[in-house]
Amino acid sequence: MNIRNLISYLLLILFLGVVQVLFLKNLALFGIAFVFIYLLGILILPVSVKTVPLLLIAFALGFFLDVFYETIGMHTAAATFLAFARSIWLRAISPTGGYVDTEEPSLNEMGLVWFLSYSFPLVFAYSMVFFVADQWGTSGFLGVLNKSFFSSIFTCLLAILVQLLFFKRRRGIR
Amino acid sequence: MLRILQFLYRIRAFILFVFLEVLAIWMIVSNNSPQGAAFFNSSNVLIGSVLKKQADVIQFFSLAEANEALTSENAEILQQLRLLQIKPDSISFVLDSALAATYQFKGGRVIGNSLRFSQNYLTLNKGSKHGIKPGMGIFNPEGVVGRVKSVSENYSVAFSLLNTGLLVSSKIKSSDVFGSVQWDGKSASEARLLFVPRHVKAVEGDTVVTSGFNAVFPEGILIGVISKISPDEKNPNYLSLTVKLSTDFSKVNYVYLVENTLFTELDSLHRQSEISNEY
Repeated sequence: MNIRNLISYLLLILFLGVVQVLFLKNLALFGIAFVFIYLLGILILPVSVKTVPLLLIAFALGFFLDVFYETIGMHTAAATFLAFARSIWLRAISPTGGYVDTEEPSLNEMGLVWFLSYSFPLVFAYSMVFFVADQWGTSGFLGVLNKSFFSSIFTCLLAILVQLLFFKRRRGIR
Repeated sequence: MLRILQFLYRIRAFILFVFLEVLAIWMIVSNNSPQGAAFFNSSNVLIGSVLKKQADVIQFFSLAEANEALTSENAEILQQLRLLQIKPDSISFVLDSALAATYQFKGGRVIGNSLRFSQNYLTLNKGSKHGIKPGMGIFNPEGVVGRVKSVSENYSVAFSLLNTGLLVSSKIKSSDVFGSVQWDGKSASEARLLFVPRHVKAVEGDTVVTSGFNAVFPEGILIGVISKISPDEKNPNYLSLTVKLSTDFSKVNYVYLVENTLFTELDSLHRQSEISNEY
């Protein structure tokens, strides 16, 4: 990863974080579907990024969000979990022949079906951890499942939309 | 020894993961325990100023509505003031301290709010510099809003009534039966009134107000209206009452803060007589 890529990733993560905090903080469709678009910043980091720096990035990002959400620790725990699960999940669903080293697991590089099967379980796991932490000891497990399911659908849809609209499409691939 | 080190090095990612998770869980726990000191929250200067800018933009669009509400409230207060004004008379005497003002009111503006989680917090644009202290009650003309949790110099963070950790001592206005209002984490417009014995005759539509027992809120501030009555399944001694909250939490922006000036005296008396008072 060269310096230019690094800066563009940094800007993207910062931008997504700011959008999340300023515009999407109080958004919840029908009171259950939340959106965690900033996760896209963790999801599309290149495959070659090692687990240790990934964990640290996710931890810092989750903490940044927590401070604004007034939910100290909850986003942090969930994002760290997502980062750890990402490296395992990437290995599990690796295409035949493995990843090219510089490849990023984004929609434009890998296609819609692969991206969905990559992002949905991860975002769902994230939402589960977050809502379990949020509703600890208050309401039933069904509410947690409900919220996580619809939140992950909403987040994935928005993640796909953002990538279709704003990401440069590489020539020659799909 | 080398083997162990090699093994530990190989699972370093997992160890880091466990360490970070434990750290995060520790943060959750220490933030939610009432005594835990919260260093990082939105009462921080930097974050507070960002939230304030955001609120400035958003609340600009509801200024007309807010002004109208304030004017109508002013008119109401003026009316009451006219009734209270004493006509000049020949006799005057000093009232004793029992009638001294025990509550002090201050104004504030909500700059951060959430209502979709089960622990919701508010951020206010006033802090210790303006005389805000932890434990002050927050309400607006519609009803009870919450309670101040922690304070920095310019900002403060408060429990919303929509926080499952906050209990507000309250009573049914018509029958003076008291209980505690607590949110159940479900709908942002409903809460539950707990600890009302089964023999109490409650009717749907009864008003629920603050009781004044917990020394945070003065007596008689509106909380809501009873919307559903059913026997409690878990504990047959109590009724399960659902209260429709009078405050619209999605629109809270200008609020009043109330401080009981005799709170410390009351609290030390309670401690001295070893009574634990939940607030």
